[in-house]
Amino acid sequence: MKRSDPRLIVRPAPFLKSAMTTQQAMLDVLYALIPVIGVSLWCFGLGAILVLAATVIGALLTERLFSPASQRIPLRMDVSTLVTGLLLGVTLPPALPLWMAFVGGAAAIGLGKLVWGGLGQNLFNPALVGRAFLMAAFPTAMTTWTPYQGPEGLFTVYSSNLAVPLMNSAFDGVTAATPLALIKFQHETPPLYPLLMGNIPGSLGETSGLLILAGGVYLLLRQVIDWRILMGLLGSVAILSGSLYLLDSAHYPNPLTALLSGGLLFGAVFMATDPVTSPITPKGALFFGVGVGFLVVLIRGFGGYPEGVMYAILLMNAATPLIERITQPRAFGRGGDT
Amino acid sequence: MRHRFSHGVHPQQNKELTVDLPIQRVPFVGRYVLPLDQHLGAPAQATVNVGERVRRGQRIARPGGFVSTALHSPVTGKVMAIEPRRAPGGKFSPSIEIHADPFATQRLTPNPPIDWLSLTLEEFIHHIQWAGIVGLGGAAFPSHVKYSMPEGKKIEYLLINGAECEPYLTNDHRLMLERPDALLQGIAIVKRKLGAKRAIIGIETNKPGAIDTLRAQIKRIHKVDVMPLPVKYPQGAERMLIKAVFGYELPATKLPRDIGIAVNNVSSLVAIADYFGSGLPLIERIITVSGSGVTYPANLIVPIGTPLREVLRFCGGLREATKSVIMGGPMMGQPIGSLDIPIVKGTSGILAFTEKEASTTFELPCIRCGRCLAACPHFLNPSRLGRLAKARRFDEMRAYRLTDCVECGACSYACPSEIPLVQLIRTAKRESHQR
Ligand code: SF4
Ligand code: SF4
Repeated sequence: MKRSDPRLIVRPAPFLKSAMTTQQAMLDVLYALIPVIGVSLWCFGLGAILVLAATVIGALLTERLFSPASQRIPLRMDVSTLVTGLLLGVTLPPALPLWMAFVGGAAAIGLGKLVWGGLGQNLFNPALVGRAFLMAAFPTAMTTWTPYQGPEGLFTVYSSNLAVPLMNSAFDGVTAATPLALIKFQHETPPLYPLLMGNIPGSLGETSGLLILAGGVYLLLRQVIDWRILMGLLGSVAILSGSLYLLDSAHYPNPLTALLSGGLLFGAVFMATDPVTSPITPKGALFFGVGVGFLVVLIRGFGGYPEGVMYAILLMNAATPLIERITQPRAFGRGGDT
Repeated sequence: MRHRFSHGVHPQQNKELTVDLPIQRVPFVGRYVLPLDQHLGAPAQATVNVGERVRRGQRIARPGGFVSTALHSPVTGKVMAIEPRRAPGGKFSPSIEIHADPFATQRLTPNPPIDWLSLTLEEFIHHIQWAGIVGLGGAAFPSHVKYSMPEGKKIEYLLINGAECEPYLTNDHRLMLERPDALLQGIAIVKRKLGAKRAIIGIETNKPGAIDTLRAQIKRIHKVDVMPLPVKYPQGAERMLIKAVFGYELPATKLPRDIGIAVNNVSSLVAIADYFGSGLPLIERIITVSGSGVTYPANLIVPIGTPLREVLRFCGGLREATKSVIMGGPMMGQPIGSLDIPIVKGTSGILAFTEKEASTTFELPCIRCGRCLAACPHFLNPSRLGRLAKARRFDEMRAYRLTDCVECGACSYACPSEIPLVQLIRTAKRESHQR
């Protein structure tokens, strides 16, 4: 042999790869979240951002410390953990003590992901596992909502934010009822415009319907989320709550309020559509979305909580393996026999 | 009426590298290696001995059974060895090595055209088999087998595959542009011999030149149509092509001929026309040499058996930065570890990729995004199949229609976590077969 050949790498076909990568999909979710985070800063001030930072640090630290080496993803590629931390943070009340937020972030990754075997293996949405954990552990703190602050409050850090871990401390005196609590417990219908814009009491980022929808449209266009889940969910909520409203408009909110209030839009766009915890089959995805919508209306209308999105999604997460089994696609040229 | 097949993917075509380059003939080289098992089915059996002199076009191996075909010498020269040699795919295959006679003219002894009109169907099939003609799209399935019908059945439609859905490859496209008459002659012969009612040439719309050229030529010809097809991979897969052209989902348990369809690649039909026109058996084929690692990309006529190295040398050699070399298209081709393996009948192209294309991948866990399901033209669940393959649960994979997979690679292409799905499935098929 004369000159040596270039050293050839032998790896299997195909040698072309679509542009979409898992990392890119996670980055897209991140981009879609940024405006939502921006509005929470606007509405609730610096405290809100500190809560987000706490959940993210809790999540990342847990992932770094406890994920087995075999499944560890290099930090710079691990957008997924960052997104989980942010998603959790955005559902928390802005005045939540930071240490609780940190614990929530750790629980989301630890209980929501790592115990299942890491990325892609978990049955339940990790961010919602973190939130459920916080709800169970700190019910008062988790349901104390602060009113909208506006630009004057940009640098507000709530005193309760800085509460010392495990000590009983008073929460900021001014609490406010969320729109859904108003409907449920006082039968008052809140005006729609603030729901769209975000200047309402609520958790960090689930307040501005408009920005969440914009994020949703972006993710749909990038095909990062499945339209079947989103449309199934929003459609079934609209139809079901519309029917209830027609039956008894004094007790039930009109469908538009139902869609815009609480964590519904946020849950629909960012949580229910999590690919890992929703069915992989197209038919299953539609079924899943409709199921979540149905449960939300059920819990909100007839359950004890004003807010039902979290439980609705977690319940449907649990049903996902079953849904998948009964919605396996029929192979090409195999008629009806699945 | 327009049909299409569902699912599939849209990889970057990259055909512009070679699409305007006319087909060139590579010069003869010193050494040729011809694996005896370069077609699907039983290997051919050598009919020459070491040391024997052979003429260009002379038969050197005969079919080793019905699903098998003959092999001919691509050059005038001498048989130097009959022994296992490394073949495409990496394994060793019994092969005939022939050294070209440096003083021979390599001119073909002219044969009178074969009077195909007077042949019976059996004789026709025999001719095709002994001419060594196989499907030149890549699978190298002996063509005559497709024409042999069980008693009482008949081919109604001749479906000609001009889809060329693999990115980079332009060999079929050039052939349709440069030799439309030969293609139509091949179609006429096969259509007449099989008694087919109609012939339809399916061509993806990214080859407008081929569509126009053929349309202009077939104006006068009865019952031959060109059907433009929207660009999508894997359009050229038999069942997908049938779906796209006829709107019919061929049951998985049936073959095209069970419903009266014979699917042929355009190059195979040209090979048939050449054989009946001048007695030239299959001793050369057209390939595309392309990719960012090739100095001068080209469309070439290459004698079967030419070492890869010689073909690449003709194209100016590999660039320094070349990372991988592939035989066939980028979606289904085979990676090559050594440049000493020969071009075989099923080689549709040689691609050399640099860093630009052959990016090293980092596999992440499956995030269950469903992209592979949306890509799979056979409506399988590649995510599930991949998972089961990793767990070596081959029996369960059968319930998920493991055997329906055509290994098109659309799932791997689509997977954002870069999981080598088709590779996992292929391995599982092999291993579950062995048990
Ligand atoms: S599972 Fe098989 S048929 Fe389906 S996309 Fe993958 S390789 Fe192609
Ligand atoms: S495309 Fe890849 S990541 Fe997505 S479901 Fe299929 S195997 Fe999983």
